[in-house]
Amino acid sequence: MSEPIVKLTAAQMGDMVRNKEVSSRELVDAHLDVIEAAEPSVQAFLKVAAKEAREQADAYDALRDEEKAELPALAGVPIAIKDMIVTKGIETTAASRILEGWVPPYDATVIERLKAAHMPLLGKTNLDEFAQGSSTEHSAYHNTNNPWDLERVPGGSGGGSAAAVAAFEAPLALGTDTGGSIRQPGALTGTVGVKPTYGGVSRYGAIAMASSLDQIGPVSRTVLDSALLQEIIGGNDRRDSTSIPEPPRPMVAAAREGMKRDLKGLKVGLIKQLQGEGFQPGVQARFDEAVKLLEAMGAEVVEVSCPHLEYALGAYYIIMPSEVSSNLARYDGMRYGLRVMPPVDVPQTAANMMSYTREAGFGDEVKRRIILGTYALSAGYYDAWYGSAQKVRTLIIEDFNNAFKQADVLVSPTSPTTAFKFGEKTEDPMAMYLNDVATIPANLAGVPAMSIPAGLSDDGLPVGFQFIAPQQRDEVMYKPAAALEAALEEAWNGPIWQSLKTPWLDGMNK
Amino acid sequence: MPTFTREEIMHLGNLARIALTEGEIDRMRGELNVIADSINMVQEVATEDVQPTANPVPLEAYLRPDVAAKPLTQEQALSGAPVKEHGMFVAPQILGEE
Amino acid sequence: MAEKLMKYAEATKQYDVVFGLETHVELCTNTKLFCPAHIEFGGEPNTQLTPVSLGLPGSLPVLNETAVDHAIKLGLALHCQINEWSQFARKNYFYPDMPRDYQISQYDKPTNGEGYLDVELEDGTVFRVPIERAHIEDDAGKNTHVGGADGRIEGANHSLVDYNRAGVPLIEIVTKPIEGAGERAPEIAGAYMRAIRDIVRALGISEARMEQGNMRADVNVSLRKSPDDEYGTRSETKNVNSFRGIEKTIQYEIRRQAARLDAGKEVLQETRHWDEASQTTAGGRVKSDADDYRYFPDPDLVMLHITDEHIERIKAQMPEMPRERRNRLKGEWGFNDVEMRDVINADALDLIEQTVAAGATASGAKKWWLGEISREANKAGKSLEELTVTPADVAEVEQLIADGKLNDKLAKQTMVAVLAGEGTPAQVVEAHGFKVVSDDGALEAAVQAAMDADPDVVAKLKAGNMKPMGAIIGAVMRATKGQADAKAVTKIVMDKIKG
Repeated sequence: MSEPIVKLTAAQMGDMVRNKEVSSRELVDAHLDVIEAAEPSVQAFLKVAAKEAREQADAYDALRDEEKAELPALAGVPIAIKDMIVTKGIETTAASRILEGWVPPYDATVIERLKAAHMPLLGKTNLDEFAQGSSTEHSAYHNTNNPWDLERVPGGSGGGSAAAVAAFEAPLALGTDTGGSIRQPGALTGTVGVKPTYGGVSRYGAIAMASSLDQIGPVSRTVLDSALLQEIIGGNDRRDSTSIPEPPRPMVAAAREGMKRDLKGLKVGLIKQLQGEGFQPGVQARFDEAVKLLEAMGAEVVEVSCPHLEYALGAYYIIMPSEVSSNLARYDGMRYGLRVMPPVDVPQTAANMMSYTREAGFGDEVKRRIILGTYALSAGYYDAWYGSAQKVRTLIIEDFNNAFKQADVLVSPTSPTTAFKFGEKTEDPMAMYLNDVATIPANLAGVPAMSIPAGLSDDGLPVGFQFIAPQQRDEVMYKPAAALEAALEEAWNGPIWQSLKTPWLDGMNK
Repeated sequence: MPTFTREEIMHLGNLARIALTEGEIDRMRGELNVIADSINMVQEVATEDVQPTANPVPLEAYLRPDVAAKPLTQEQALSGAPVKEHGMFVAPQILGEE
Repeated sequence: MAEKLMKYAEATKQYDVVFGLETHVELCTNTKLFCPAHIEFGGEPNTQLTPVSLGLPGSLPVLNETAVDHAIKLGLALHCQINEWSQFARKNYFYPDMPRDYQISQYDKPTNGEGYLDVELEDGTVFRVPIERAHIEDDAGKNTHVGGADGRIEGANHSLVDYNRAGVPLIEIVTKPIEGAGERAPEIAGAYMRAIRDIVRALGISEARMEQGNMRADVNVSLRKSPDDEYGTRSETKNVNSFRGIEKTIQYEIRRQAARLDAGKEVLQETRHWDEASQTTAGGRVKSDADDYRYFPDPDLVMLHITDEHIERIKAQMPEMPRERRNRLKGEWGFNDVEMRDVINADALDLIEQTVAAGATASGAKKWWLGEISREANKAGKSLEELTVTPADVAEVEQLIADGKLNDKLAKQTMVAVLAGEGTPAQVVEAHGFKVVSDDGALEAAVQAAMDADPDVVAKLKAGNMKPMGAIIGAVMRATKGQADAKAVTKIVMDKIKG
């Protein structure tokens, strides 16, 4: 029985398109078919841009061979976009009521680059409102269900992108990662998710949540696919002052090197503070087994200590809401999005219009963070809160610098637990925040990190394995990640998704 | 140790221009106090001698050449406006110095 | 409700005046401070915007190189400490004309730190104004209030917002509290503001036209009993946009605050507004929690690094500064101290220089700008620059005189017509048919008639007493309706006497 084409990797799809075994249009149509079949149960998308995707595919197919030869390996391969990234002419809402109906007049830099690479955009995926949450339950529109168990969350904030890729609705997606929003959903859905070095991918057109932490990155089913995608979207952009003025790192080469499964000479650092207590036993077990595999491939494993990581969550929950409170000020009912006038007994002033618009347009989690951030920045508290958090940031950067003196790459479980049930943590913000305890440090330190599937926990749900590399050395994590992926697939006799039940694919051939 | 009072949350709501409801203020009060407790730890290690970090990757500002690029058209600029008039965005009554 | 005022002389005798100025200068750059939208005065609303200056979600600021160069130039001119590292911060507050609902400004790490400016007063005294900082920030859009009386905010029921000005670069020059000015505080403030205007124009970094709003100042005034006391509570009068307004604001605030203090009342820490119509300041908003701007470093921007090489490069481009220039022009024009001071006090230096450049003599240019034109400006309550007459017009009139095509009287009439907006001097001369009669035949007859009518004068002239010549010229002028050329008349008379 031949597998449907949508189960191929993005790299394989790119090869087939290039070899004219399949057209870009056929790839797009195949994915649109899956979307139609899967969406009633998965609900990964906020908006499917079928017409635009087909037009882009047709435009690629109409190119001359010489023109196609100039394009990257993923040319013609479709991709889904987290609705936190601005797309010209396609409604962009950040999953918030306050932006409902907003059609941007411009493209994010990463979207321009995808278009230049002739990668059709399938649509916009669901997320927690303004990327604030770890379960996608804070979307103002609807939940997204984890393809591994539809009763459970796909993680967040990028649950839509991760679920779409896991469910074969898209071979690739873009996410944004502020405290783990790419990696944690990757872990919970058995997909690969990468947060590049801060400044490695342009943020121009990524709706800002917390500017000093946000980073756009790839979501895929394989390590190589993420490497191919990151090389397309990465590299300097003069429209982003925080963009690093360097070309993308050689990540594809590193991934291909890793697939040879030879890690001799590589030092892997186990972060002492990010394992054991607080981590689900099944998660810890898969993590430990994967570390053994790394060792088996010749890597030397050492334990490293990052003593200030225990302060990371605290620092994050000061810096992030502070920046959120300022970044989300612009949603005031004046220029775009929702406007709500005050009730009749309240003066109909501009100030009151803003207050009622923001009250109606933002959800609970967003409001909570805005209030917390407003407090942290207010006169008299700045030094104790924001100022202190920035210092903790320095200490965490120093911790990582020291760790990278002892190891080339650091590892930990991505998320303390596997996917949880809807509503399980929504009433307890602190419990929800703890989901990100292992992912937040990389955002604070600006270092690159990625999550790859490490197998299934005893509950049958995917577990994520996190690699962390030094700043601006993203390729350093791609090599062992690709090696581990290859070793695990050998052990499993195939990719992790062979264990995923996909009733929505039944009846689809080739 | 900060604790959030009702008045404080109302004041923060004013600063942040969010017309919080009574119920929201009550609920938020409990939640914020729990969060505040957990983040108070940061002050333990944030000593005088530690420099603050604003951007995780230290860069110097790139200076953009003073060359004009194509602007948005008026139609594009106003395309999302909740209310517009004469090519401009409409604000409800603005009081003196809000 | 008019506030009680104390007599100015009494107020400045009883109280020590401390004042400060926060001057906003709009920089003339091609594009905005943080995005490549072209800046143009006027233009259709909301057409000078990119996603950045409209504050669209996802947009990011990138600093304009020219704005930084301009800031360094000003820093050098004001003898400021130019900081190697400076930083932009967000000043958070909601206002409909602010696209992001925060202003990007500089807070604890401005580009230009402490400096000073020596300003020359009317009597030649030099007063040193200490500068606290000169930082870079972006401007907001513009609200037009609709539904109330004459576009004022009071009584309006809604406002229209044009964001074209949003993102235009500004420099805010903040003085330290200025002490020791005493009763000369208004004069020093005026001289300081004019000096700033002259400097930014000389540097070519701003048009600095107060009437167009591209230079405006917040004026802080406080009083205390003695220079040894702590500073008193200050009032802040916002956005004063004329030199005279600034001088009068200080004068008024001194008198108002003195009266309050004298009556045992306290001065409120508040923002006020200068009202040109009533020549008073009006109370605004008392400082409160709403002023909690929650400054923090803008995470979308990184540190601005200004190297020594950068500063040296800018130094090499620095033009002559106004005080040096004044001394040079004084020499070139051959003016004495008093004449030069008159020129400066009349704000006519640039205009005279431009008039001389257009071909006039310095004394000729000065005569017009400080004479007829100044009188007209005073009458109209305008600055010289706001009048319709240009340096080229003045030079043209002077040329017409030199060419003998106008005499003094006709020239004055021509200038009056130009000031009345009737057109260029050539157009005025054409329209009015102004023409000096120098045709000998016609003049000859008029001169002969005048001499015949006054034999006494003729006798005196013949005896070598030239004083009564004016009587003949006057008579000829009357006869020719002012169009006679006085030189030609004199020549004919002399010829006749000798003949």
